[in-house]
Amino acid sequence: MEGCGEDGQVKLLGVIHSPFVVRVRIALALKGIHYEFIEEEVLNNKSELLLQSNPVHKKIPVLIHNGKPVCESMIIVQYIEEAWGNKAFNFMPKDPYDRAIARFWAAFIDDKLTPSIWGVFNGVGEEQQKAVEESVANLLLLEEALSGKAYFGGDEIGLVDIALGGLLVGVQTIERVTGSVLIDTLKMPLLSTWAHKFCKAEEVKEVLTDPAKLFELLSEIRANLTSPPAGN
Amino acid sequence: MATEGEKGQVKLLGATLSPFVVRVRIALALKGIDYEFIQESMHPKSELLVKSNPVHKKIPVLIHNGKPVCESMIIVQYIEEGWGNKAPNLMPEDPYDRAIARFWAAFVDDKLFPCLRGVFTGQGEQLQKAVEDSVTNFLLIEEALRTNHCFAGKAYFGGDQIGLIDIALGGLSAFIKGLEKATDSVLIDPEKMPLLSAWMDRFFKSDGVKEVMPDVTKQVEFISTRRASMISPPTSN
Repeated sequence: MEGCGEDGQVKLLGVIHSPFVVRVRIALALKGIHYEFIEEEVLNNKSELLLQSNPVHKKIPVLIHNGKPVCESMIIVQYIEEAWGNKAFNFMPKDPYDRAIARFWAAFIDDKLTPSIWGVFNGVGEEQQKAVEESVANLLLLEEALSGKAYFGGDEIGLVDIALGGLLVGVQTIERVTGSVLIDTLKMPLLSTWAHKFCKAEEVKEVLTDPAKLFELLSEIRANLTSPPAGN
Repeated sequence: MATEGEKGQVKLLGATLSPFVVRVRIALALKGIDYEFIQESMHPKSELLVKSNPVHKKIPVLIHNGKPVCESMIIVQYIEEGWGNKAPNLMPEDPYDRAIARFWAAFVDDKLFPCLRGVFTGQGEQLQKAVEDSVTNFLLIEEALRTNHCFAGKAYFGGDQIGLIDIALGGLSAFIKGLEKATDSVLIDPEKMPLLSAWMDRFFKSDGVKEVMPDVTKQVEFISTRRASMISPPTSN
């Protein structure tokens, strides 16, 4: 999709299966912003453009708006909200206290939940078990935070929905690959319903990672982790 | 200090030496917001703390009209937005500049602070590595000060006035100086980091900061005591 026009020139540097990139794509889709998606080679051959646009972290996603790079997925999402503030719809609440709560849970997802989920994927034996317990504890806190709402953002998708939603296919795939239960339907009925609804939302379903492809990719990585190649 | 004002009742749960609490105190001071400071001992954690921050059970917690806000930089942004009409503004107007401000504030928390924590707890080789990693991250900030158009040639990261990044990094100033003295290390070398050095000196002397920045001597004492207890933990079976 060409990234020029009333929105200016918008490019997104990323990889299809990265949950952090998915977050940004959800935000762009919600705002109806056209952009050029530039697939990046993450592991071995980082492009000149990536190194130049994100010299500090050298990581994707990077949003490049009229030549100016913005880095870090949740910072990009807030940028999209503010730079296109007049474009429906808004994913940050208006009230300062509600905004603080939204930022709190977005930070919780990045600082606590994500590391525990990675721990499930990367861990074995007792370490993995501990990571599963931590992940479940963290998800239960989010279950509580959701309380009676359709979305964390209220009636519509908001900042926290984007933060967690970007990880959703990843979490579900990690469950399958490792044989763990993280979003337990019985213990987390609200979160389960939310996950189901989120994946079907109009703007979201187009940009979510293909679960089959992610399963293939993560299975391969997990196999290498758990049975290292024979050699000296 | 008055606890009620035009904007209601403000309380801050914290400890005077915590760099995260200092950040919030700077923001409150800059906005001229009156508040009640409630010293939290942390050992044991008070009921008020556990009730106000059940997820993390950490300070600082700002309690505004009975509603708690947690996480220092989230509190700072809350203060900015909750008292949006009160000068000065701690965030720039332009969305791109705001993204840059958030980026460097996140860098301080996600990259720099873990290294500083490593200096705080480290000994021998571990300490040396933590010092090197901290210096690497400080050098990145020095370079940003030199080359980023948002900051280059200005008194503060926020321009003519203290802004979000100044608070994020500056709130740690006494802690950083305390670490240097307590571990006999150099983290911000004035020769390698002239801009950062000058910025820190200027920050220490600024209105809103000098009143709430902990005394470096007390900080050194606190850090040294904690480090000593880490090396020789209390004997018990």
